[in-house]
Amino acid sequence: MLIETNTTNVPDARGYYGDFGGRYVPETLIPALDELIAAYNEAMADAAFQNRLAHLHATYTGRPTPISYAARLSEQLGGAQIYLKREDLAHTGAHKINNALGQALLAQRMGKQRIVAETGAGQHGVASATASALLGLECIVYMGSVDMARQQPNVFRMKLLGAEVRPVESGSKTLKDAINEAIRDWVTNVRTTFYLLGSALGPHPYPMMVRDFQSVIGTEARRQIIAMAGKLPDACIACVGGGSNAIGMFHAFRNDASVELIGVEAGGCGINSHQHASRFADPSVGRMGVLHGARSFVMQTPDGQIADTHSISAGLDYASVGPEHAYLRQTERAFYTSATDEEALSALQSLAQTEGIIPALESAHAVAEAIKRAPTMPKDAVLLVNLSGRGDKDLDTVMKALKL
Amino acid sequence: MQQAHVRGLSAVQAMFEAAKRAERAAFMPYFPIGYPTIAESIEIIAALAQTGVDGFEIGIPFSDPLADGPVIQAATQTALENGTTVRVCLDAVRQLRERGVQQPMMMMGYLNPLIAYGVEQFVLDAKAAGADGLIVPDMPPEEGAEFAETCAREGMAMVFFLAPTSSPERIALVAQVATGFIYVVSLTGVTGARSELPPDLTAFLERVKGAVGNMPLVLGFGISTPEQAKMVSAQVDGFIVGSVLVKAASNGAAAARDLAARIVEAIR
Ligand SMILES: Cc1ncc(COP(=O)(O)O)c(C=O)c1O
Repeated sequence: MLIETNTTNVPDARGYYGDFGGRYVPETLIPALDELIAAYNEAMADAAFQNRLAHLHATYTGRPTPISYAARLSEQLGGAQIYLKREDLAHTGAHKINNALGQALLAQRMGKQRIVAETGAGQHGVASATASALLGLECIVYMGSVDMARQQPNVFRMKLLGAEVRPVESGSKTLKDAINEAIRDWVTNVRTTFYLLGSALGPHPYPMMVRDFQSVIGTEARRQIIAMAGKLPDACIACVGGGSNAIGMFHAFRNDASVELIGVEAGGCGINSHQHASRFADPSVGRMGVLHGARSFVMQTPDGQIADTHSISAGLDYASVGPEHAYLRQTERAFYTSATDEEALSALQSLAQTEGIIPALESAHAVAEAIKRAPTMPKDAVLLVNLSGRGDKDLDTVMKALKL
Repeated sequence: MQQAHVRGLSAVQAMFEAAKRAERAAFMPYFPIGYPTIAESIEIIAALAQTGVDGFEIGIPFSDPLADGPVIQAATQTALENGTTVRVCLDAVRQLRERGVQQPMMMMGYLNPLIAYGVEQFVLDAKAAGADGLIVPDMPPEEGAEFAETCAREGMAMVFFLAPTSSPERIALVAQVATGFIYVVSLTGVTGARSELPPDLTAFLERVKGAVGNMPLVLGFGISTPEQAKMVSAQVDGFIVGSVLVKAASNGAAAARDLAARIVEAIR
């Protein structure tokens, strides 16, 4: 299955999604971005490249991933029927591999032997390390030391896969700081290095490229849900960190006006606590700004310093959000809400006990929204939840939080 | 009564003309407001002014300075902890002018705090405080129209960057939109002292010089010794020294002042 590019009116030639996006980077990187855009467009127009990616997805990633009908959970909630798109069953345990393989193939095609990546939850780091091992590329992953402590198993996996994990001690020591450090590395080694960005954020063309590589999720899911449920879903629900799994799911449904698109941000300790990562929910901190190369919603202080964020899930614990989500929200094509740490933990347990699936804490935020909505909907309604990853990496955090 | 001096773009242009007459490059130290403290940073800049430097790049701290190396990252982090906001930086410029510092001052800050302040308001207030221009390292020309237009209207210099990776098309574009000077990044990388100047520097500078007409070129990133300053002084219209001065300032204002004085001496 080939990925279609340029099927929407966004981004425009300058990388803008309405008011959002762009290329806010040091001049040193502009030629690298130009080179990347050219190489990306050329690769996507080349059937051989696309076929190679599709072949790897079929024989290595384990695509298509199935949709599971969550019969017992739906029954228990007594409303809409819940279906799960099982990205947790993709190789390495999350959707991140869809993008990592695509970009790593592109890096190889561009003759770049050295990969740098950032990671929050570690899933993108593991996916990048995996793709690099598969293609014989050198891989360096920047990870905040706070995230290294809470996602230990993934740190070990990256090392086993032959990647070098560099701890980042600056700032809040989480995803935002890992991105800073990855960009500093890229600026320094730009001629030889490919920056393998893990979410639908950063300067153009990254948000577009990551969306396109992740769009395989929604393209498969749309076909699968029609076959299984006999109709389009009433709503698609996905968690939103930078926004890659959500945009990957939403993209195929963008022209289906009847399908509500719902993004779930990290509500942390609650919006009123200001200890969260809900860029859209809290106008006292989430405002239009520029971070990591794109104009989007950014959590910041009144003085424009980037605010510290909080989420129990490292993958959602980020101060900005991909520009296309800001655009989908502004144009009211998608709707954004949040789930708290507590709601996510509770959803994780519900899904584990009714369906035998332990979701990643990130994905549990999407499940939490489905649990809130389903009872308010009729029994013939269909909710499609993107289960972006599996929970093995989070066992330690969950055990501590539940005092087990 | 203080003599009214020319400010803004004209002051920046006059700085390069004076340096050219003296057959050397203009020396513009970088120093962030708020490090080691707000008061000390003002003292240090005033002391540097006394050594005969030609202009300043005044750093506005940002929580996520992705074009900076460890020294400036740490210093600006301290500055933030000391409560240094955009407003505080503009106030520092006002105080420096009141104390008689006359050299051109370029405000150097990342974009987000400036957006939060208000782009147009920032240019107006910077001008009123006595600053002469603006440098925004994460804003290439394509994203800089609002700043460029406001600066043009207010007679302030709006600097853009070139790097060793810049293509002939980028060089032509930046030469067209920059006012005051072009900030030429000496190497691919972040700020920070380097023991050697990059080996391909001369070739890179020749490539740029041939394409930018009369627009002054100011070299920055990595220049750290009086010897290096002397070498680049013959090749460009100006140069910026940052990390090594900030590092020196951690040993007191006198250390920073002495280093600046040695650089001033070296390029005479
Ligand atoms: C399983 C999982 N889901 C979601 C996310 C959030 O990222 P995004 O919003 O880009 O999908 C992550 C990030 O690490 C993740 O590991």
